[in-house]
Amino acid sequence: MAPTLKNYLQDGSTLRSWFLSTDHKRIAILYLLSITFFFMIGGTVVGLIRLELLSPAGDVVSSDTYNRLFTIHGVIMVWFFLIPSIPVTLGNFLLPLMLGAKDLAFPRLNLLSWYLFIGGGIFTLVAVVVGGVDTGWTFYTPYSSTFANSAVITVAAGVFITGFSTIATSINFIVTTHTMRARGLTWFRLPIFVWSLYATSIIMVLATPVLAITLVLLAVERGLQIGIFDPSLGGDPLLFQHLFWFYSHPAVYIMILPGMGVVTEVIPCFARRPIFGYKPIAYSSIAIAILGFLVWGHHMFVAGESIYAMLMFSFLSYAVAIPSGIKIFNWTVTLYKGRIYMKTPMIYALGFLGLFTIGGLTGLFVAALAVDIHVHDTYFVVAHFHYIMVGGMVSALMGGLHFWWPKMTGRLYPEFLGQVSAWTMFLGFNLTFFPQFLLGYLGMPRRYHTYPAEFQVLNVMSSLGASILAVGYILPFFYLVWSLRWGKKAARNPWRATGLEWEYADSPPIKTNFESPPIVHGPAYDYDPQKEVNFD
Amino acid sequence: MTERPAYSPGLAHHFETHAQQHRAATLGIWLFLGSEIMLFGGMFMGYTIYRILYATAFEQIAAHTHFWFGTINTALLLTSSLTMAMAVHHARAQNYQKSGRWLVPTAVLGVAFLALKVVEWYLEYRENLVPILGWNFDAHGVAQGPARLFMGFYFVMTGLHAIHLSIGVCLVVGLMVLLRRDKIARENPSKVEIIGLYWHLVDIIWIFAYPIFYLVSA
Amino acid sequence: MWDFPLFPEQASTAARHVDQVYFALIALSIFFIFSIGGAALYFMTHYHFRRDADRRNVPKSNWKLEVIFIGSAVVVSTFFFFWGAYKYLKISQATDDALELFVLGKQWMWKVQYPEGQREINRLHIPVNQPIMLRLTSQDVIHSFYVPAFRVKQDVVPGRYTTLWFEATKTGTFKLECAEYCGTDHSRMLGEVVVMSAPDFARWLANRPVQSTMVAQGERIFARAGCSGCHTAASAVHAPDLQGLFGRRVALSTGETLVADASYIRDSILLPKKHVVAGYAPIMPSFEGQLSEQEIFALLEFIKFEPALNDAANASPNTEKNDANK
Repeated sequence: MAPTLKNYLQDGSTLRSWFLSTDHKRIAILYLLSITFFFMIGGTVVGLIRLELLSPAGDVVSSDTYNRLFTIHGVIMVWFFLIPSIPVTLGNFLLPLMLGAKDLAFPRLNLLSWYLFIGGGIFTLVAVVVGGVDTGWTFYTPYSSTFANSAVITVAAGVFITGFSTIATSINFIVTTHTMRARGLTWFRLPIFVWSLYATSIIMVLATPVLAITLVLLAVERGLQIGIFDPSLGGDPLLFQHLFWFYSHPAVYIMILPGMGVVTEVIPCFARRPIFGYKPIAYSSIAIAILGFLVWGHHMFVAGESIYAMLMFSFLSYAVAIPSGIKIFNWTVTLYKGRIYMKTPMIYALGFLGLFTIGGLTGLFVAALAVDIHVHDTYFVVAHFHYIMVGGMVSALMGGLHFWWPKMTGRLYPEFLGQVSAWTMFLGFNLTFFPQFLLGYLGMPRRYHTYPAEFQVLNVMSSLGASILAVGYILPFFYLVWSLRWGKKAARNPWRATGLEWEYADSPPIKTNFESPPIVHGPAYDYDPQKEVNFD
Repeated sequence: MTERPAYSPGLAHHFETHAQQHRAATLGIWLFLGSEIMLFGGMFMGYTIYRILYATAFEQIAAHTHFWFGTINTALLLTSSLTMAMAVHHARAQNYQKSGRWLVPTAVLGVAFLALKVVEWYLEYRENLVPILGWNFDAHGVAQGPARLFMGFYFVMTGLHAIHLSIGVCLVVGLMVLLRRDKIARENPSKVEIIGLYWHLVDIIWIFAYPIFYLVSA
Repeated sequence: MWDFPLFPEQASTAARHVDQVYFALIALSIFFIFSIGGAALYFMTHYHFRRDADRRNVPKSNWKLEVIFIGSAVVVSTFFFFWGAYKYLKISQATDDALELFVLGKQWMWKVQYPEGQREINRLHIPVNQPIMLRLTSQDVIHSFYVPAFRVKQDVVPGRYTTLWFEATKTGTFKLECAEYCGTDHSRMLGEVVVMSAPDFARWLANRPVQSTMVAQGERIFARAGCSGCHTAASAVHAPDLQGLFGRRVALSTGETLVADASYIRDSILLPKKHVVAGYAPIMPSFEGQLSEQEIFALLEFIKFEPALNDAANASPNTEKNDANK
């Protein structure tokens, strides 16, 4: 009998074998550690913010410090956590496996992307250390270009460098999906997670360069006073907003599409039936990617755009809601005639369904011109995007991590603690962010260090919720690490899931993923709800 | 199932065939070029908006760019694309010696472009046409704001282009070294093609930049 | 502590309209959450693995159902787009009889100027049931003028004028907040809008110490800054006639024409080469850095209302004047 091959975790234990590895699985782990690190920094910062907001007066930190706190919270969470999150961890790990390939198309580029990510992160952390940046993560001019007294160019440089990491990853994903699919793996047999990574990558490769040029112009404006955004020199501060949002709106779809992909893998597995409406879901991911490029002006309804622009952007913003709506309907119908098992990944996926629905519905509020005038730049918008990003995206990340944990580590996480954390997170999340909808409509603006006294009770509720939410995130960190050493060993396919990564690769996989290239014979999600399942 | 050769020079371990590897490399570079177009596209859009808003001022200040520098540079860069295309042609036919020889004028023309560009920028500095750091800016009677905007876009875009061209020159020189040392596998001319595509992109960006900065005023 | 508000009061004509759309969207959201949530919960329990249920003939797709889903999403979206847009147009409509005030935002305060010359800081007194038009600009960074009780908000941008219309429907004092992050004391850039009955407002205006009306201030600046050196009939310099300028159609040297509105006049003072009038040489110097935004407001009033300048203007049609009010 042939000797068993070492798995990718065992294959080399020196620092060099990890930090110079071109194995997509090891790079995924490096990324996982990195984004966890950034998430903790971003989360600690928000702890301070919610602590400050317990009382109306600004008594915990000074205004200047507070302004730096919310700015760095946004910068880190957007660029160093949310945008990379699922693609660089689960995407990097799973894409070759799901396609039946040995690695991504450009393994060395993949490693370079991690170093670019870390490089950008270091710049940004240096900026924090030397005094921080206080422009808001949106860097609006002329405040950021002329008036701010903080490390704007350093942070812009950090984000710029990290942008190349994103572009590199996206090129890798698109090329791998086109050229390295296994025999028999046609486009419409792909797992939806692959479709969602593909759509995400299209947005990444086309939108991120616009951010790059925007940051270059900001740095040139701030450093050389060239006058492109300075009205006293003939420039236009609104040009910055157009350039910035042209990237940053598609960016939010970069953040959510991979999460939708994860949910589309988890629900069929724990409902033991095929996804309902495979093609509509696949096409809707592409539709979101395309339409997402056409709505940036909805961030500027109050900024002074023409009425024609406002009407067009409002209309298109409603249009982009429709493909998301299709996904929600289809996920719900996927539960029909299924055999439902409420394991931890399923709890997170269903939590995503609920929270993303609420977040998406509040998108209809802000897309309505009359309503947006009132709620723009208030906590209503803050609640809206946190429902989607945290309620949706982070739930999906947690669900995905738990689902593929046995594949990645060869260990099972403790199921009871998994369920406790998921519910804790769900409850804490709603207590944190639902009051913010009310605060926003009442008229509490964003980025307020001090606030009128009548807003205090709702703010206290929100801060209380945040502390519960924090528990929901800290628990998994501990038991997942615990499971690496003491968790039950996982079989190849503990969830009896479909997909090449489950059926043909070990848990954890060998370095080259498969002993021989797999061949695909039928559609994805070949589950039968009439069969009972015994999970490990 | 195709038997994957146990060892094939120039075939990376994760690809099954050379054809697959070549397809991947080509698609990869095209995607990268797409991202570069979006990078410069942002600036072209910004320029276009101001061109429409300040039509007269832009026409007037554009008369102060150095037409002959721009035109000669365009000719140099177009020629370098031709020599690059010859290099790619020979690489495809696996005549790596000839390919390497065509890379030499490509790099030389690129360097010549950069040299002229630096001289041109110096002239503009002497003529007080650089709108930075509060330096004296001579708008030659044109409205200050729009004149500064035009020159601002000119410097940022030609500067960004020059950075890209410099990277291109380094890549071409690196390629020459690889070819000299016979480090390009016979079955894998991709490297030459990829760098060729990048070079052509840098050229095309210039083709769009040239008229908007040099041919605006009648 | 427990009597905190959950909903802002309605104090303007706009508030009712905005709240209608808001409540309709809440109703829609509740409907969707209950139907999707309800369906999901039903399926989760009915098809729970421990339950015996009919799991044969699992539908993998159903284009009719998809079309119904997409169709209802399209209907809902279209309805709310149109209604939201319609309501927005309704509440942002300019009126001829608006009382025009000038607001300058700067870090970190609001400066208000009345046509008759009264000034306030961080407070706006207005009469009830009277359309108000604010002409806003910023001296430094972008701010945003926000009165939650009125449901109105408008960004205040340096280098240009923005405008905001509203009409208060009850007397009282209402919070004014800055809603665009603008630096250290962004959250302290608060103010009040004090709505009074018309007689009370008139009395307040009369009692408020005034140095001179904005028109008179503008006239003084016109002379002091040297504008009268070129822009009067007696001048030897060939400069465009400012009589009846506001609201008039102007032909430019490029061949285009435009209506001389507040932004045009401001640009002509600060960026004179931006729009050169046909038949004139571009010799007007820029006053960038020499005149404050408040002085430019005063010049604007002077050019608009000074009787001597506007005798000929009485013949201009009203519609053009309304264009200029944007």
